[in-house]
Amino acid sequence: MSALTINCGFIPLVDCAPLVVAREMGFAQEEGLALDLHKQPSWSALRDHLALGALDAAHMLSPVPVAMSLGLGGLPTRIDALMVLSVNGNVVGVSPELAQRMRDEGWPGGFGDPSGTGGYLIAATGRRLRVGVPFPFSMHAELLYHWLGALGMRAPDELDVRTVPPPLMAEAMAEGEIDAFCVGEPWGSTAVERGVGELILPGAAIWAFAPEKVLAVRHDWAEAHDEATGRLMRAVARAARWLAEWDNRMMAGELLARREYLDLPPDIIDRALMGRLITTGGAFAGESDNFLHFYRKAATFPWRSQAAWIAANLAKRTGLDRVASIETGRACFRPDLYRRHLDGLGFDMPGASDKLEGSLNHAEAVASASGNMILGPDAFFDGTVFDPHAR
Amino acid sequence: MTSPLKIAIVEEDVDRSRQIVDGLRDAGDFEVTVLGETSSVTRRLSEIDPDVVLIDMANPNRDSLESLSLASGARERPVAMFVDRSDKDLTRAAIEAGLSAYVVDGLKPERIKPVLDAAIARFNMVSQMRSELEAVRTALSERKTIDRAKGLLMQARGLSEDDAYALLRKAAMDQGKKLAEVAQALVTAADLLK
Repeated sequence: MSALTINCGFIPLVDCAPLVVAREMGFAQEEGLALDLHKQPSWSALRDHLALGALDAAHMLSPVPVAMSLGLGGLPTRIDALMVLSVNGNVVGVSPELAQRMRDEGWPGGFGDPSGTGGYLIAATGRRLRVGVPFPFSMHAELLYHWLGALGMRAPDELDVRTVPPPLMAEAMAEGEIDAFCVGEPWGSTAVERGVGELILPGAAIWAFAPEKVLAVRHDWAEAHDEATGRLMRAVARAARWLAEWDNRMMAGELLARREYLDLPPDIIDRALMGRLITTGGAFAGESDNFLHFYRKAATFPWRSQAAWIAANLAKRTGLDRVASIETGRACFRPDLYRRHLDGLGFDMPGASDKLEGSLNHAEAVASASGNMILGPDAFFDGTVFDPHAR
Repeated sequence: MTSPLKIAIVEEDVDRSRQIVDGLRDAGDFEVTVLGETSSVTRRLSEIDPDVVLIDMANPNRDSLESLSLASGARERPVAMFVDRSDKDLTRAAIEAGLSAYVVDGLKPERIKPVLDAAIARFNMVSQMRSELEAVRTALSERKTIDRAKGLLMQARGLSEDDAYALLRKAAMDQGKKLAEVAQALVTAADLLK
């Protein structure tokens, strides 16, 4: 039997690991798939190739399918998120000069105090901050708007958000085009290594459970290729489960380091995979088991409420109708396909497909098929709770 | 009479941008600006305020143009990608040529089509010239390596040029490798043994 080929696009980031593992560790092969991975030069190129059919599937920023379905940005197309590929994993960093100004204001340093650090950041910038994010529609942008917005900063007057592709973030810092960034690993650590950035906060300190990347396909493709959709989801979900083991993550670092993927030394990739970040020359940030999830806490489950949160934020910023946008956004995330295609493989299924986003301050047991699913924490730093059904 | 379309080309490679400018000049009366430095693209674009922006799809700086598609201020004009979304063939041709185009919303398709047709043709031509040049370069450097390998064999084993070549070919066939690969291996080994 010849394998079914699926062309899948990715951007060189630590969180493309489930796709790389699905291919390299044989999970795709077990499903009779030849998973061809294509490195893309930019998020817009990845999106266009997916929209126009040059790619069947893609490693996508979680807000992009929602934005595309809402008609925002180029090439409006109905894109579905089959499952979540990763949760959390971003870092916020500032230039050494800005870090020094923050210290001059009394910032004690550290990597985990969003309110305090945010306050010193605002004080040190004179209410004018140029900050780089990888794409206008990204969790990075959403987290920054949420974090600094809650602390009183207003976009775009005080918060000048610029788009810089992840591999070029360190360069933009070195060139002095931006003062700060929010980016996925290993590109924050790369800025640290080059001496042009100091990490001040993990994304997870702003929102403890933020859906970061999704496995995206065209809605029409999923409709027309139900069998292939199922095989792809099973291969990637098994890869995500494999990545839950810390021993395996080390091996994943070796795979990601290869030239065809990240083309970087494995030790810089391991920092994010193992939750052991270095914030500035030699300063170890301590261990975190919440820095980046692929599988634990039902990370792969595409909650409709996550899509609703994204849609509500995009609608607010672009002036679209909130209720209609939330409805369109919710339809992009496909827990229905997740439940059907992953049934019987030992993936626990939550009782509901929506949750109150931000309501869990601690890990809690919730209703599920097996009866022992643990979710959370998923709190926002400022105590926001998002109810997807609130009008 | 409408004023000529303002077109901005974001391209660092001077040869390539010149080709595209020439192609556009043949296609009609346009006001063309080339942005060679990608670092300040967004600021320059807001100064020029073009109707159409052309950029190589593989250019990683493309993402910085994406924010143009969201008009955040009253003075900014929303920008859509590609002309007419119903014209899938034109969009596909552009993508295949590796060209992305950003077009101000509301511009008539008949004004855009000649621009894109000309740009796509030039993009294709330049890409083809590049791959041909690359092929010539590779062939040349392979021939040099094979010549060096032949010389080494002639010297070490007292062979004639034809015999040295035949020996290389036989080794390549036996190992299922390309002649150039076997020659390269020999040259590398000889350099190491020096």
